[in-house]
Amino acid sequence: MSQLEMGAQQWTGPAGNFPLTDIARQLRRDVINMVWAASSGHPGGSLSCTDILTYLFYQEMKLRPQEPAWPDRDRFVLSKGHAAPILYASLARRGYFDPAELSTLRQLDSRLQGHPHYGALPGIEMSTGSLGQGGSTAVGMALAGKLDKKDYRIFNLWGDGELEEGLVWESVMAAAHYKLDNLTGFVDWNGLQIDGPITQVMNPEPIDAKFRAFGWHVELADGHDFESLAKAVAIAKATKGQPTLILCKTVKGKGVSFMENQAGWHGSAPNDAQRLQALADLADPGTPGDPAAQKEVNR
Amino acid sequence: MAEAIATRAAYGRCLACIADKYPQLVVMDADLSKSTMTADFKKVAPERFINAGIAENNMVCMAGGLAASGKIVFVSTFAMFAAGRSYEQILNTVCISGLNVKIAATHAGLTVGEDGMSHQMLTDIALMRSIPELRVMVPADGVETEAMVEEAIRTPGPVYIRLGRSKVPALYDEGTEFEPGKIRTLREGSNVTLAACGIMVDKALQAAEMLAQEGIYARVLNVSTIKPLDKETILEAAHETGAIVTCEEHSILGGLGGAVAETVAESWPVPVLRVGIEDQFGQSGKPDELLELYGLTVHHIVEKAVKAISLKKAF
Repeated sequence: MSQLEMGAQQWTGPAGNFPLTDIARQLRRDVINMVWAASSGHPGGSLSCTDILTYLFYQEMKLRPQEPAWPDRDRFVLSKGHAAPILYASLARRGYFDPAELSTLRQLDSRLQGHPHYGALPGIEMSTGSLGQGGSTAVGMALAGKLDKKDYRIFNLWGDGELEEGLVWESVMAAAHYKLDNLTGFVDWNGLQIDGPITQVMNPEPIDAKFRAFGWHVELADGHDFESLAKAVAIAKATKGQPTLILCKTVKGKGVSFMENQAGWHGSAPNDAQRLQALADLADPGTPGDPAAQKEVNR
Repeated sequence: MAEAIATRAAYGRCLACIADKYPQLVVMDADLSKSTMTADFKKVAPERFINAGIAENNMVCMAGGLAASGKIVFVSTFAMFAAGRSYEQILNTVCISGLNVKIAATHAGLTVGEDGMSHQMLTDIALMRSIPELRVMVPADGVETEAMVEEAIRTPGPVYIRLGRSKVPALYDEGTEFEPGKIRTLREGSNVTLAACGIMVDKALQAAEMLAQEGIYARVLNVSTIKPLDKETILEAAHETGAIVTCEEHSILGGLGGAVAETVAESWPVPVLRVGIEDQFGQSGKPDELLELYGLTVHHIVEKAVKAISLKKAF
């Protein structure tokens, strides 16, 4: 288990001057280690949205990890619940629970269920995994915020393939109907689902035009560029009277050379050698884990 | 005795009455508020009434989000679309998370009448009682309905309440105090037990009266909480009367009949005969015509009771 040295590093507040890129690299390493340890899970779609979660959890959202039920907190719903590994890593490194627990993913009696389970772990706002349902619950949370005249914000993340679920569009219609400007949606637009490219399996595009037609404001962003994400979120917060979608162009498997843009890595775990290669790809520059150093170790 | 009233009407009236008492109460509907009677609540608390439009799955999940934000949410639509269409949302969003969502499903059973088979939900008790953590209630009259709405509010977590379209005779006086979850014994008897729910409770009472004229004494149970089932009272009836007839406006598969049969089979086997819809779809017709055609009658209960008693020897 020494290979699974996740370390105790936590960032318990907004990242401040600490580079989000460093945090994101750590979270990606966590994802690889977790899925490898579990011998199952979803690395591809976790890596594609890692930067979105990094930005939200470490820069944007008002959170109190030591008081997870703080009524005025911002809420994040992972509608694409199969990306649970990156949610768990984000919560652990943000101070919600000990990162050592990450290695229990998908194991018997673990709080880290295969898909997020509400109430199992602090920081999980909703049980998700059955696609399409999380977005609807986020709309309900946004309605509650309006009813209670609270100014917290709701962030929901859909997968692009998830948009094929009819329920998504019921929730999209309702969010615009009730003018939920406290709700920001993200689509992790990596272009791939289990059976192949989304445009070939069941084309949900054009995504931006569909959301606009349903009454949403739409911003395009580079889902791997924190400045791009920050700019889009700022516009979302300033947009009144309608919800905003941030359509994030992403790369499935981002950061791991052999996983990038491969549908096959949607739901497969790396073996020992693949894990080491992935960790080398994700190593911090100048550390023993970086590719050059790794070669040295392997010699 | 209180007035004859449809359980859905009692539901709407009750919601309106308690709107002020429970400020965290939110009521949702899917474009059927005048039929489900949630419109009564909308009149007095419009800001806490949310119409989801004709999108039941989204309604159930939105209710989950509201409940996770501290609200007590009642969602209403016809039973076909609540328990049927939204089965997986009820399971995977509401019940898995143990959320405070109360599904009050109206127009259950054959007595939807003329709308026919597409709207006659005959399998909702079976579907709903198979989901862990979900409490399943079937009130038999207006007074019991109102009591169960408040019971649902006081019970943390998800609840399914099955309501009907047609008027039902009053069984209880206004203000009757009910013990939550407990089967109500409406008539004592030692030869056979008639365990009924919903509109069939009144028919079971009438059947018991007819049986008494033949010298057969039937115990009548109103099983208004189907899950968790008051097994103690069911087993007591099995032990003391030796035969049970279940009566429900529901398929004979998996509903009250199933729950009772499972319970006695495991602990004290006695004949259990089921009065209900015989594993088939409904059709259009007047409610009373349909009940007659599908055998949900006093006469049929009497027949089954006699048969159940005759089977006692076989066990």
